[in-house]
This record gives sequence, structure tokens and C-alpha cells, in this order.
Amino acid sequence: MKRFSRRDTIKLGAGALAGTVLGASGLRAAIPVSDVAAPDLPIEDGASLRVLRPSKFVDGDELLFRQNTEAFTAKTGVPVTIDIESWEDLRPRTAVSANVGEGPDIVYAWSDDPHKFADSLLDLTDVATYLGEKYGGWYPLAERYGTSGGRWIAMPLGASGGRVVYRKSMLEAVGFSEVPEDLEGFLEMNKALHAAGTPGGLALGNAVGDANAWCYWVMWAHGGAVVDENDQVIINSPETIAALNYAKQLYDTFIPGTLSWLDPNNNKAFLDGQVSWTQNGISVYYALKTSDDPALQAMAEDTYHARMPIGPVGFPTERALIVNGMIFNYTPYPNAAKAYMMHMMEAEQYDPYLNACIGYWGHPLRAYENSAVWTADPKHEPYKTVIGDSLWDGYRGSISEASAAVLSDFVVVNMVASVCSGQATPEEAAAEAERRALRYYRT
Amino acid sequence: MATATETLALEGRRDNWLSRLFESKAFLIFVCMTPAVGLLVLFLTYPLGLGVWLAFTDARIGRPGEWIGGFNYELLFTDSVFWMSVWWTCFYTAVATVLKFGLGLWLALLLNHHLPLKSLIRAIILVPWIVPTVLSAIAFWWIYDPQFSIISYLLVDVLGWRDTYIDFLGEPWNARFSLIAANVWRGIPFVAICLLAGLQTISPSLYEAAMIDGASPWQRFVRITVPMLMPILAVVLTFSVIFTFTDFQLVYAITRGGPVNSTHLMATLAFQRAIPGGQLGEGAAIAVAMIPFLVAATVCSYFALARRKWQQGGKDD
Repeated sequence: MKRFSRRDTIKLGAGALAGTVLGASGLRAAIPVSDVAAPDLPIEDGASLRVLRPSKFVDGDELLFRQNTEAFTAKTGVPVTIDIESWEDLRPRTAVSANVGEGPDIVYAWSDDPHKFADSLLDLTDVATYLGEKYGGWYPLAERYGTSGGRWIAMPLGASGGRVVYRKSMLEAVGFSEVPEDLEGFLEMNKALHAAGTPGGLALGNAVGDANAWCYWVMWAHGGAVVDENDQVIINSPETIAALNYAKQLYDTFIPGTLSWLDPNNNKAFLDGQVSWTQNGISVYYALKTSDDPALQAMAEDTYHARMPIGPVGFPTERALIVNGMIFNYTPYPNAAKAYMMHMMEAEQYDPYLNACIGYWGHPLRAYENSAVWTADPKHEPYKTVIGDSLWDGYRGSISEASAAVLSDFVVVNMVASVCSGQATPEEAAAEAERRALRYYRT
Repeated sequence: MATATETLALEGRRDNWLSRLFESKAFLIFVCMTPAVGLLVLFLTYPLGLGVWLAFTDARIGRPGEWIGGFNYELLFTDSVFWMSVWWTCFYTAVATVLKFGLGLWLALLLNHHLPLKSLIRAIILVPWIVPTVLSAIAFWWIYDPQFSIISYLLVDVLGWRDTYIDFLGEPWNARFSLIAANVWRGIPFVAICLLAGLQTISPSLYEAAMIDGASPWQRFVRITVPMLMPILAVVLTFSVIFTFTDFQLVYAITRGGPVNSTHLMATLAFQRAIPGGQLGEGAAIAVAMIPFLVAATVCSYFALARRKWQQGGKDD
């Protein structure tokens, strides 16, 4: 009885808050929810929380994250401190906390990090099960990243995915009304763009996000993979070699200099109008759309998004950068921490958050497919299924230390780049990648 | 009464024992050195020892490792990326150091003359050294940008000397020399100012005596300046080699070791493998592999350049 009344209070509070948000934005669509009882989490006396999260890519992300956090404090009286770390420093900082056993209670960590620290994490099964049941279930990818050994160790907050970000006018100028969905058509489009002096460009330097995104995509699209279902290295395959041949042809149409591109380069080149397309999150469009500069506003009008083409495998093969909320078990306030993470995923908070990010972080719970963000601007739509149908790092095999190491050591990116630069034949590059992958997938 | 006397005597003995202890030179040396030794052990020996230990384990981020002997080194021995980084680190250090010393000495000699606004010029010379490395690295990153490079812009759009932008960082050798140029730019002030200090300690009477004897400027440079500079040159060279060999920020900010690992220094590779890659043991092994090179460079520059007799114009026995 006591449990029910407490939950009721929360629901009331949340309902009141939802009302105000709805009234303010007028954007909210109804998120279908099932009537499920929330887990009982009596908040510890004197609880306070420290949260570590990556720095924002789009302004709305941090703004709403803070607002939602303030709402939690208002509701529960638990003060929450938010620490923000740049995205490449987040991983070392998480590692230090895990190793030392001290630091933030909650960390919103990258992709496979929760799996590295699985033994140091609080079991979130009760909260994750509740949220899954209430919001139509977690996508399989979210479950893959969030669970380990049959229990939930982390809850994905969202995922960022790379889509084709293109200038419609430039494509139309070479006779393409939209981005072809197959690899051949896509290559033809690029040849035409190159000939017209409006090439595209994708990063081939050691760019953690952008280079990995497309190099994995092109390998997976052709049926190649680093490992098979049993984590046996199979990268040196005819499929990978076909992918490398295709990548080389694609690279020949790119703007010069992409071999040295790091993560910011494609954004800079696109915003300067030097490339007709690149692969990126929705952050470029967000920057254009929210700019005061009329020239950039006009560019926003002309900027569209499309899925990366589908290869012979017949299904989309994009990669997703997942951000997972996890709680270190050294926290003195496990219930408060769980209540916080649950609060952030509830529709009253999460839906406005999704809208403010204009889809930069794709949702991990199915019910949010109905969020207004995906219909408010048709250009958001290609990002709707980032968690729904992306593949995971270490695809075909498991998410493991080895898959993380192969990714961080740029094994696949270097393989593609060495072929594109002409330093190696596809056969040599695949053999070298196999040798390097085997160093991590040794038994 | 008797008891009081005994107590006094005891205290007297204790005083003697304490004061004798503090009068002992050996004990005082020990006491005075303890804080310094403690700091060195805590902040240098312990991390170094831990690094050496980690290199013999399979430690990953998030879990302690187990002893695996020299397996990390065996793995590295067959790793072409590692050998490329060893070769490039040595090349980078050698070329950058030679350039820094050549240009730095030249600059020091110029600054040693009486110039108008001497102090101001000396202050300006120090700027590249004062600016935080990351800031200068980001500035160079823009200068070398394939699309937005100021150099390419001048050559192509303003002067019209070239048709295409220069691919500073996309081609291995271009990237290597671009990084060396950035490192030299940053390192010259340190060398120049240190050598300038050395130059100013040389007594003008030596030059006057040489001039009376009819020595040419070149002879004065070779017979007086160079030998007199040798002690400070040895120290500056040692420091410069160590700084260059262990450089991290420039490469990490400008190329991340790319294109295709052609500019990975041992330090950047160690970081990439250990922290983002999570392979602490292997990263530690790469870092430890830098030690022999550093020791060799230090010993060479010290013993080769600090021979006293040679400095004084005599011959070595």
C-alpha cells in the first residue's frame, strides 16, 4: 500500500510536469505506454548524486539534460551534480573511476564501456525491465549493449548514427533527385558529382567517429566482418576485398585531402560548401538550422538526409555510437541513482529531450518511434532507426574488449585507408588487417 | 633527593643522545634528503616501476592483469605498426633536433650581438615556447588543413603559383615533415635562449686575444665559441632529445598518428593502445620500450659532449 501511494505521487508529479511541457512546446505527440508498476526505489536519506556525461554535440542535448535533472531534484530533493567531459576524454575518465572505485555515481559511457566494467556495475534489471514493459520494449541493439550475463548493467540513453548529409541542389545538378539506395547507383552519383566539381568526402584519418562509421559500413555492406559469430577472425575474405575495391573507387571521387580528415573536418568542409555530401550525425543540420547567418539558413534549406546505401547483404549496415547510463556499485545511494536514470527515460523527460536534440540521439525504447521529433521535420526521419537497425561494434561476434581494441586501434580504417591511398592492394590490406585483428582476438 | 638526581642524570643522557644524533652528519643528510627522495619515489619511481610491471602483465582497463612475462614484447616484436612508430620516433627526434640546434644556435649568435630593442626581441623569440603546446598544435592543424590551409590559400588563390591545395597531412612524407616543422618551430626558443645564456658566459677577452692573434671569425667560432659552449650544449641537447622523443601533443592533435599510422610516435601509439584501446599492458610495454632509447640518447650526448679535456682544447687520452 505504501509502495503504491509513493508511486502515485511520482506519477502525479510527472503528469503535472508533462502538462506544462506539452503546453509550452505544443510539439508533443502521445507516447504509447503500458500500465506497468514502477519498481519501488525508496530514496536513501541525505542522498546526492554525481553524474558524468559526454559533452553536447547539439545545444538542446545539454539544455534538456539539465532541465530534466533539475526536475528530478525538484521531485525528490536529491541534489545532482553534472560533470561534462569531452567525448574522447570520457573513456579515460570512466576507466579511472572504475579502477579507483571512486568518482561519479552515474556515468553515461560509450558503447562497450559497461562491458569492460561489468563486475563494478549495479544491476539495473528491475528498472530496465520496467521501462521496457512500459515503453514497448528495448530494441535488440539496446539490449545487446545494455545486458551482460543475463542482467542489465547499463541502459542506453540514445545512439548517434551517421547518415548521408547532402546538398539537394548539388545532387540535382548532376541528375540525381535523391541518394541512390544501392552501391552501384551511389558510386555513379559520386562519379557525376566529382566530374561536376562538387565532390563528397568521408574521413580516412584516425577519426574515431566518422572514419570508423563509414569504413565499417562499407565492409559490412559487402558481407565482410572482422569476426564471425564465434569471434573467429574472418576479415581476410573475398567480401572484404570487394568492399575495399569499392571503397577505392568511391575514394577516387572524394574531395582531396580526406586521408588526413579527423572528426571535425567533414563538418567544416560541408558548412563551407566544399563538399556536396558527407556522412554524419544530424549535428551539421542542427548547426545550420539554428544559425543566425542567412547563408547558413539557406544551406539548411538545401541540406537533406538519406540512409547509407544497402550493399549485397540486403540490409542496412550502419554503425551506431551508443551512450549508456550505468551506475558504479561503489555509489552510496543506489536507489537514488536508479530513480534518476529511470526518471530521465520516462516520457515526461525523454520525449522533450529527444525533440530538443532533433534526433541526434536516437531512442532506445520502441514507444518513442511515435515521438513528434520524427515527423516535425521530414529531414529528421532518416535518423529514426539508429538503434532500431544499426549494427554493433564487433558485429557478427560479441561486444568485447577485443572488438573495442580493434576499433580503437583503427584496424578497419587503416585497412581501407591503405587501399585508398594506394599504399596496399586490397589483398595485402585485408591480410594485414587480419594479422592485426588476430593480435586482439587471440585466445 | 636521590631519585631527583637520577632523573636529571637520565634526562642529561637522553639530551646527549639526541643532540649527538642531530650532530651526526650522516643522520642529517638522511633527514634532509628524505622529503626529496620521498617525492621522487612517489611520483617518479613508483609510476615508472608500475609501468614496467604492467608491461609484463595482460592488464586491461577495468581489470588487473596477470603476469605473462615478455608476451607483450613478443607481440610488439612482430607488429609492423610498432616498428614503424619506433623508426619514425627516432627519425623525428634526429631531424627535429638537428634543425632545432642549427637554427637555435644561429638565432642565439644573432641575439648575442648588440641589437636595438634586444630585450623585446628576446621576449618575442620565447613566445612559441610559452604558448601551450595544444594551442600551437591546433594552430598548425589549421595551417595544414587540406581545405582551409592559409599556405595553400596564399599559393593557390592569392599568388596563383599552384593549381591544387597542398595535401600537408594526407600523404605520409608530407605529414612527417609538416610535424617536424611544427616541432622545430616550437623547440627553437628553448635551444636559442639556453645557448644565448651560454654565449654570454664566454669572456670577451678571449675573442679580443684571438683577434689580436689574427683569428678569422670562423676560427673564433670554431676555436672559442664551440668549445666554450660544449658543457651547456650537452645539457640542452639531452633535454631537447628527451622532449622531442617523448613528444605527444603535437602529433596527437594534428594527425592522431595518421595517415595509415605513418606518423605514430611511440608515445601516441602507447596512449592509443592503452587508454582508448584498453590494452594497458601493451601500452605500458610500448612506453617502457622508449626507455632504452632515452637512456642511450642521454648517455651519448652527455659523454660525447662533456669530455673535459676536449673542451679545454686538449686531446682525449
